[in-house]
Amino acid sequence: MKNLKNTIWLPIALLPVWFLIYKNLTPMTNWITDTAFGMEKGTHFTEAFRFFIFEFPKVMLLLTIIIFFVGIIRTFFTPERTRKALEGKTTFTGNVMAATLGIVTPFCSCSAIPLFLGFIEAGVPLGVTFSFLIAAPMINEVAIILLFGLFGWKVTAIYVVTGLTIAILAGWIIGLLKLEKWVEPWVYEAHMGINDSEEEKLSFEKRIRLGYDAVKEIVGKVWLYVALGILVGAGAHGYVPEDFMVALMGKSAWYSVPLSILIGVPLYSNAAGIVPIVSVLIEKGASLGTALAFMMSVIGLSLPEMVILRKVLKLQLIAVFVGVVSLGIICVGYLFNYAL
Amino acid sequence: MEIKILGTGCPKCKSLEKLTREVVEQNGIDATVTKVEDIYQIMKYGVMTTPALVVNEKVEIKGRIPSADEIKQILTR
Repeated sequence: MKNLKNTIWLPIALLPVWFLIYKNLTPMTNWITDTAFGMEKGTHFTEAFRFFIFEFPKVMLLLTIIIFFVGIIRTFFTPERTRKALEGKTTFTGNVMAATLGIVTPFCSCSAIPLFLGFIEAGVPLGVTFSFLIAAPMINEVAIILLFGLFGWKVTAIYVVTGLTIAILAGWIIGLLKLEKWVEPWVYEAHMGINDSEEEKLSFEKRIRLGYDAVKEIVGKVWLYVALGILVGAGAHGYVPEDFMVALMGKSAWYSVPLSILIGVPLYSNAAGIVPIVSVLIEKGASLGTALAFMMSVIGLSLPEMVILRKVLKLQLIAVFVGVVSLGIICVGYLFNYAL
Repeated sequence: MEIKILGTGCPKCKSLEKLTREVVEQNGIDATVTKVEDIYQIMKYGVMTTPALVVNEKVEIKGRIPSADEIKQILTR
């Protein structure tokens, strides 16, 4: 029981420490750079160094605290509950709900198949299931935190809203096309067991414990990508010319949006690795629309997930899925390149 | 006792299997541990998030890796 007590008091005790460090990050990094190391102000190397030792702890601090709370919140949004909420919904409302729930319901691409089967089995329409499957990987907490940390809330809001719109519309269109015939027939023959109505009862302490586990698992997995991404960013920050990416990914290059999607889909990276890279691209002249499109195609459409989904979907349906989502991403790219 | 680990082969499923075997061994629990990777079989348990721990055909844990203590509690109940 002693351990359980600690799980509650430890985070409460750590919270002020967290705030103190977060609030004082700028003077601390300046002190380390200018006083402790006595580096010469304004040189490329000094500024690259300053950028790294400021951005890396900042992003890690944000990740730790938000993943902890998201981990706790997520224990209330189990896939079973999400499925129950989506049962028997009319299509459009169902698509909106599915996409929104996709953000908060825990999801890993290795669970995509059982989840898909579970949804279909419960009578959730195919298009609504797709809205969930599109939103869940594309809009996740790691992407949101990193975007917020490196770009601020505006870009984050744009990403979430456009990502949701794509997931809702793409799922809705797939629903309209009535593509059930391209789902592997065994999916409709399979029958879920009787266990599915049971739900694990979790105590408050256990939920906090799961928050810890989420931090350990996710931060433990992504910190290296974050470090590498920001390291590349720091390097480019000082050394690569400002207009380096203009020709390839700038506004005036009309082909930049489809091109970045073509590059983005086979590239498989998690949000942690790609957001710092995207921030470099933007700093070096890539336009926001192109950068967003690139990022969405890297996290939202991944080759390994397609391979996994092939077990339950015929190739035609996977093609439609990729096609519709890509089209949505292209629209988002052009919208932000030309309309705004 | 019959223990089954349900999982399609993701890293988490492997660590749950390893952990469960360790708990069984360390506590001298009389049990067989089998890994179920076939999705058709997994669906029969109504599990939507892997990994899952099934003891005597009852789903005890799904979608997460419990601590060794928790597994021990479930197995020695």
